[in-house]
Amino acid sequence: MDNEAIATFIKTRFPEEIVASHILRNELTLIVKKEHIADVARFLKENKELEFNFLSDLCGVDRIATDGVFEVVYHLYSIHKNHRVRIKALVPSEEPSIPTVTDVWKTANWHERETYDMFGITFDGHPDLRKILTPDDFEGHPLRKDYPLDGRQPAKLRDIYRKGEA
Amino acid sequence: MEKGWVGMGLESHLGDNILTTTLSTMVNWARKSSLWPMPFGLACCAIEMMAVVAPRYDLARFGAEVFRFSPRQSDLMIVAGTLTYKMASVARKIYDQMPEPKWVIAMGACAISGGVYNTYSVVQGLDEVMPVDVYVPGCPPRPEALIHAIMEIQKKIEKESL
Amino acid sequence: MTESATTTTTHLMTINMGPQHPSTHGVLRLLLELDGETITKAVPHVGFLHRGVEKLAEYRTYHQCIPLTDRLDYVAPFSNNLAYALTVEKLLGIEIPERAQHIRVLLCELTRITSHLLWLATHALDMGAMTVFFYCFREREAIYDIFEMVSGARMHLSYIRVGGVSRDLPGGFLEKIRTFVSEFPSRINEYETLLTDNPIWKKRTVGVGIISAEDAIDYGLSGPSLRGSGVNWDIRKSEPYSGYDKYHFTVPLGKNGDVYDRYRVRIEEMHQSNKIVHQALNILPKGDCIARIPNVTLPTKEDVETNMESMISHFKLITDGIHPPKGEVYASIEAPKGELGFYLVSDGSSRPYRLKIRPPSFVNLEALPKMVEGRLLPDVVATIGSLDIVLGEIDR
Repeated sequence: MDNEAIATFIKTRFPEEIVASHILRNELTLIVKKEHIADVARFLKENKELEFNFLSDLCGVDRIATDGVFEVVYHLYSIHKNHRVRIKALVPSEEPSIPTVTDVWKTANWHERETYDMFGITFDGHPDLRKILTPDDFEGHPLRKDYPLDGRQPAKLRDIYRKGEA
Repeated sequence: MEKGWVGMGLESHLGDNILTTTLSTMVNWARKSSLWPMPFGLACCAIEMMAVVAPRYDLARFGAEVFRFSPRQSDLMIVAGTLTYKMASVARKIYDQMPEPKWVIAMGACAISGGVYNTYSVVQGLDEVMPVDVYVPGCPPRPEALIHAIMEIQKKIEKESL
Repeated sequence: MTESATTTTTHLMTINMGPQHPSTHGVLRLLLELDGETITKAVPHVGFLHRGVEKLAEYRTYHQCIPLTDRLDYVAPFSNNLAYALTVEKLLGIEIPERAQHIRVLLCELTRITSHLLWLATHALDMGAMTVFFYCFREREAIYDIFEMVSGARMHLSYIRVGGVSRDLPGGFLEKIRTFVSEFPSRINEYETLLTDNPIWKKRTVGVGIISAEDAIDYGLSGPSLRGSGVNWDIRKSEPYSGYDKYHFTVPLGKNGDVYDRYRVRIEEMHQSNKIVHQALNILPKGDCIARIPNVTLPTKEDVETNMESMISHFKLITDGIHPPKGEVYASIEAPKGELGFYLVSDGSSRPYRLKIRPPSFVNLEALPKMVEGRLLPDVVATIGSLDIVLGEIDR
């Protein structure tokens, strides 16, 4: 199926849930209401026509400055049908949360943990939502635009490890 | 020994087969000729560190090829790569576990100063965490540069007193 | 016997492996729960090399990000350069010259060989086969010489530019590769003599770290780790980039999805990569090695010296950089370790608004507990080796 056929096919099945769609550089993007992300994901994986069995990537984008939301972006691929789609869900910036897709694709587990770690978006129903990349005592979410690039905690380690040395 | 050389003092009584020296020269010579590095490979530089022990660069020529992954058996810590905040306490613990005397090489731009990574997670220089003897610049340094650093460490050992 | 011995209770033991451990290939930490010597639970901890590359990229111009990509999968820097450049080129919607494409393929496949050689060297070393390490580094040095000729650096080439490659190949370069390519197959046979039918090697690898094709897809495995389970998916074939459709090569597949099959797949991939390099040498066309597009690629030195507009364009590109259109793209390539993708969001300024890296090792490592749980402790070492992880791209 080409991009337009996929878009029409999904929109026919989910007329309410799909908010918008567009194609740029031959890449199809669908925007889904966040409450329905798990249903849409399951359909995309299990439908015999689409068969998006491979979750390539899952990540967050900070759009607070312009739209007041976080985007959670899913890149799907079908190994058997050889087509791709990008799904996006908009998550409000206050107490951001979205249903998990770990029970659809197991690989989503670490991706969701990373997104939680980097943006503070919680994934409801995730089996093990812990920080993954930053240290346990790290406060804040570094990939948010309001986190400073050099926001080291603490700023210098010399006082901890080389106390008393000249 | 030069022909016709007549020893002085004690040496004149010992004959040709015995040399006299100071204890510290002897110990320093032994130490510098059999350094046991502890490869603390963190990132890209670790690959070049492996190249140093591989056939072309062959660190065995300098008596320092016995890489030991246990800090308790080593005396030279080569920190190769980016040290992050999450890893800092581990690095210090490994350093503390090494028996004295011990030396540290900071290999690569990241270990020296954080390098290009002036970010929230990277320690801006290994010397925030432990004392460093030799810094090797480069991203990553060539294997020759690491060999040079080890030779500098050897020079430093020669000058130490017991 | 004392009384206490008759009422012995057994309990699980938790052991810590890493982050400073010779066989974790960097700074991976594993928490293993053992029942005797059998693993009941394995929990990987990552992030010990988290350098904040994705954040840093938001503060750099598009060209300044290229050296950052080198240091992700530092065993295969050129593949990272390529994936990133393809993403930016896709966003800009530009075509690059034939010659540049062939040079990219040529170096990309050499990179695949170096990456697989390092995997083989360390994987075998972990299992006690030290000779293989020395053999592999012999060939790695030969390829590093080639890299050094072309870019001046042994490891981090940064040779690719958006729109092509930074300069044309130096004189004597092709002959040097030709020598390497003609010798290399016999070298692979040397490694195989040491390992493929070696009973110790087989005991350590056959039937170890098994993952089924279905699970492998579900866990998002890609690259040789996926193909070891028999799934025929190679991005060079399914979504050809940089003109890979012009080359003849086969995609080796495993059957059982164990450590041994992944080993066989990578060994065969080295043969195939060698074949591709050979073809690239023979069909390398003449022409430009970078597209000349105003406001994207630098004008030639001659133009800068004689033409005012070129001078201004040069100045603006160096100080300000490229301004791609607003939008978002995702491009991925078949890196030595699997699907390496970049997701780039642009707001029209000269710096990426968001650059998400989809590293193959990160996803491949996630399947490790599935492969080792229920197996013996030494199998963990074999399995980690067979996944060919690089912490630089796992932690970013």
